[in-house]
Amino acid sequence: MGSKLRIRADELQLPWLKAKGFELSLGRVAREWEEEEGPTPMPDIASLREWDKRLLKRYKPFYLPFCDLCCLCTFGKCDLSKGKRGACGIDMGGQLSRIVLLSCCIGASTHCGHARHMLDELIEKYGRDYPLDVGGENVYLEAPIIRLVTGIKPRTLGDLEDVLDYCETELVHLLSCVHTGQEGDNLDFESKVFHAGMIDHVVMEVADIAQVSAFGFPKADPEAHLVELGMGVIDSSKPVILVIGHNVPPAIGVADYLAKAGLEDKVEVCGICCTAIDLSRYSRKAKIVGPISFQLRFVRSGVADVIMVDEQCIRTDILQEAQKVNAVLITTHYKNLQGLPDRTKDPVDQIVEDLVEGKLPGAAILDPEKAGEVAVKVAMQIAPKRRKMGLIPTEERLMEESRRCTSCFSCVRSCPNTLPIPEALAEAGRGNLKPLSDLYEPCVGCGKCEQEGVCPVGIKPHTLIVGAHRREIAEEKFKMRTGRGAIQDIEIRRVGQPIVMGEIPGVVAFVGCSNFPGSWKEVARMAEEFARRKYIICTTGCSAMAIGMYRDENGQSLYETYPGVFDAGGIVNCGSCVSNSHIAGAAIKIASIFAKRRLRANYEEIADYIHNRVGAVGVAWGAYSQKASSIASGFWRLGIPVIVGPHGSKYRRALLGRKEDREVWKVIDARTGKEAYVGPVPEHLFFMAETVEEAMVAIPKLCMRASDTTKGRSIKLNHYIDLHRRLFGDLPDDLHLFVRTVADIPVTMKEEVMAFLKEKGWKEFENPNPDPTLVPRLIRVKEG
Amino acid sequence: MEPWQKAEIPGPVKAVLITRPEVVAVLIKRAKRPLFVVGTEALKEEGGKPLDYAVRIAKAGKVPVVATAQMAMELKKRGLQPAARMAMVEICSRLTDPKWSLHGDGQPHDLVLMLGLGPYYMEWLMGSGLKSFAPHLRTISLNRFYQPHCSWSFPNLSAEEWYKNLEKIAEELEK
Ligand code: SF4
Ligand code: SF4
Ligand code: SF4
Repeated sequence: MGSKLRIRADELQLPWLKAKGFELSLGRVAREWEEEEGPTPMPDIASLREWDKRLLKRYKPFYLPFCDLCCLCTFGKCDLSKGKRGACGIDMGGQLSRIVLLSCCIGASTHCGHARHMLDELIEKYGRDYPLDVGGENVYLEAPIIRLVTGIKPRTLGDLEDVLDYCETELVHLLSCVHTGQEGDNLDFESKVFHAGMIDHVVMEVADIAQVSAFGFPKADPEAHLVELGMGVIDSSKPVILVIGHNVPPAIGVADYLAKAGLEDKVEVCGICCTAIDLSRYSRKAKIVGPISFQLRFVRSGVADVIMVDEQCIRTDILQEAQKVNAVLITTHYKNLQGLPDRTKDPVDQIVEDLVEGKLPGAAILDPEKAGEVAVKVAMQIAPKRRKMGLIPTEERLMEESRRCTSCFSCVRSCPNTLPIPEALAEAGRGNLKPLSDLYEPCVGCGKCEQEGVCPVGIKPHTLIVGAHRREIAEEKFKMRTGRGAIQDIEIRRVGQPIVMGEIPGVVAFVGCSNFPGSWKEVARMAEEFARRKYIICTTGCSAMAIGMYRDENGQSLYETYPGVFDAGGIVNCGSCVSNSHIAGAAIKIASIFAKRRLRANYEEIADYIHNRVGAVGVAWGAYSQKASSIASGFWRLGIPVIVGPHGSKYRRALLGRKEDREVWKVIDARTGKEAYVGPVPEHLFFMAETVEEAMVAIPKLCMRASDTTKGRSIKLNHYIDLHRRLFGDLPDDLHLFVRTVADIPVTMKEEVMAFLKEKGWKEFENPNPDPTLVPRLIRVKEG
Repeated sequence: MEPWQKAEIPGPVKAVLITRPEVVAVLIKRAKRPLFVVGTEALKEEGGKPLDYAVRIAKAGKVPVVATAQMAMELKKRGLQPAARMAMVEICSRLTDPKWSLHGDGQPHDLVLMLGLGPYYMEWLMGSGLKSFAPHLRTISLNRFYQPHCSWSFPNLSAEEWYKNLEKIAEELEK
């Protein structure tokens, strides 16, 4: 497999041809690498269906419709309740799996569009031959997902174009499956969901390795620098530029211009969400405000003079919000223009003048460098004139406001976390701000309680909550390790064996957005608990920030207390959303580097290896976006389970194993070709926990794998039993399914566990340590 | 009757309102294989008063209890040994299987009571999952707020009215 020869020219003039925007593609140039190609280079939608079906046999979908109806086409609405089918013939299971596919297509397309947009810009700037460099000598295996899925070994930015060509084709096919009158079988939809997730991981890898290479982000560096994090770290005495979104080039435009003009110390640049993380990977001066749930509260604080947005997870009313505090909005991406005039082609000074004089509330500038220059110039000019007057009320005002509450509960009924607003307002009215201030952490900042017509007397609960928390906000000063990027090959060599044997009890990835059911600190507490227990903790995006916004008993952030190395007890921030690819990549690298399984275009075998041997679990405690669903889906196809918080039930489908069903927990022993019962490991593929306690007990359980040695299993059981006892008050009632031999039982618990096992009539497993696989073709010695 | 959370719309099939709590007691008595799922929201009000009612109802109605999350511990503190501990999705997905029951005899449950399943949206989704995929089953939400995806539900109630209703059900079963 190689790459296309592609010739591009803006203008081509030959004696016989004159063309503008000329592009010529001449098929693929053979570009081999030493590894032999596996069976599925660039798999199409159906190529890995058999593997998907194997997983879906273990993990059955449980569908959770929001309502009884489908309203996707004009045949409808159709009532699908109680076994009815729609006019097109689809039933509720088909419809719900279709919705999950739609969500994953949205997520994967968003990352794919992001990757394409960034790659185009990088190629324009640096050329197609610009070499990829993810971690120098430390990362020989630079693109594990791309190699695994496509069979391409990318060496340059240009090679990544071929990868995206493939992904875009797949995504178009996948989306078309959602059309009325296409797929009808829910399990085939689910297989397509997995395909979308796999593609998502490929495109995330493209985006991140391209930006790591071209922008000089930390390259697989466990000691990537610490960044200042929190609303309290922003110096509002300077002009402040706030960047929001996921596609970092315009924010880099700001940083570059500041450096060029020698203004780095004169202007404060801070960010929210993944652009903030990526900017901090580029510039040590950049600061991070917080996760996406901090958007409304920080914009309304009025601190930012200029708000610059790129794409994804930006409030779609950002222009109105910016106008409320007299901040200027700059949009930088055609996906998100916010109704603003496109001023890309105008001279900088003219745009600046129009914005400073208030002739326009904002402008779309689709050239990242120009956008950066305009943002700086506008911020410098308006900051002195602009009263940094936010919308957050003084204590006196908010007490007065609170007294107007009639306790009608309308705001509570709009609040996703059902926060006890009227009770807190009643206390605030009496001068006790504490209950209101306490709502700050579990408030996800959605602003639903303030929407038109919610409060009959016009109270703004979210704003009052932020006001009541004003003093603590000033103290929100934390440190976060910036995104390190990939995992080094040598780290994989060091941990591969202990992970596969179970002696490192698991890799726990805290990822996803900030739609938490309670305080964001729950994520930090989980990370701390498992880091202490010597699991490897990985993180990205808003969850990486949530982990940072917490102080441990020494008053330090977890990034200061725990090392950033991919090893037992490390807390590894890989970076932004697209850096999730490095977490999946690490699992793949264990199969390739440690176990020496063939990687190239060999998806099924590698996924089978990971599913049976690599004790990894994803925890997306506050997942809200469609991207989060496609990211999860990419983990599912690799056989890695994902736990979400209660809001994750709104994805409308779980993938659950039935632990008591012995038949589905059989693997094939590749050494003999015989079936072996291994117990429910891992028990689920997509699981919604009701509480953080439930998640914390599920994590060690979902890290158990068929390949655990007795020592490894006993370590894993130790954590499972210990947490179960501490949080649920007793021994797990399913221990007999996870103890394979007496040697699996943790020594200090032997008596108690043996007594329990006896009660259950437990017997040692017949073949407790098979060489596990779900794929018959991987049997090395055929039966007989 | 409107659902408690404003943005929720259930569709054409909606719960019958429980206007007389005695009816719930009768349904429990008549059920051949009832089951009670108790979740963590039952702890959140008035030091777990709703949970105390769950215990009384389960004991008097002889209904086996499945405790979600950390609720087994709380039930035991109140003198009730739950029949099983499972996550909400684990128990509800099993209930969609017409051959599954806690007793393991291939006969499905016919009535499921729910109390404390929450947050509200999670109960909403579990209720709808059962409505669509467990047609052999009838469900009663004993939560404070209207849950249209169940077969029966209280309307949105004040805490006092809610407790009055739960008291009545417990009393009827204790008779
Ligand atoms: S897609 Fe099918 S079920 Fe949905 S509205 Fe159209 S006909 Fe009805
Ligand atoms: S902004 Fe906060 S308080 Fe208001 S509805 Fe959203 S989560 Fe609830
Ligand atoms: S909607 Fe307004 S009046 Fe009603 S409880 Fe909320 S704040 Fe009070």
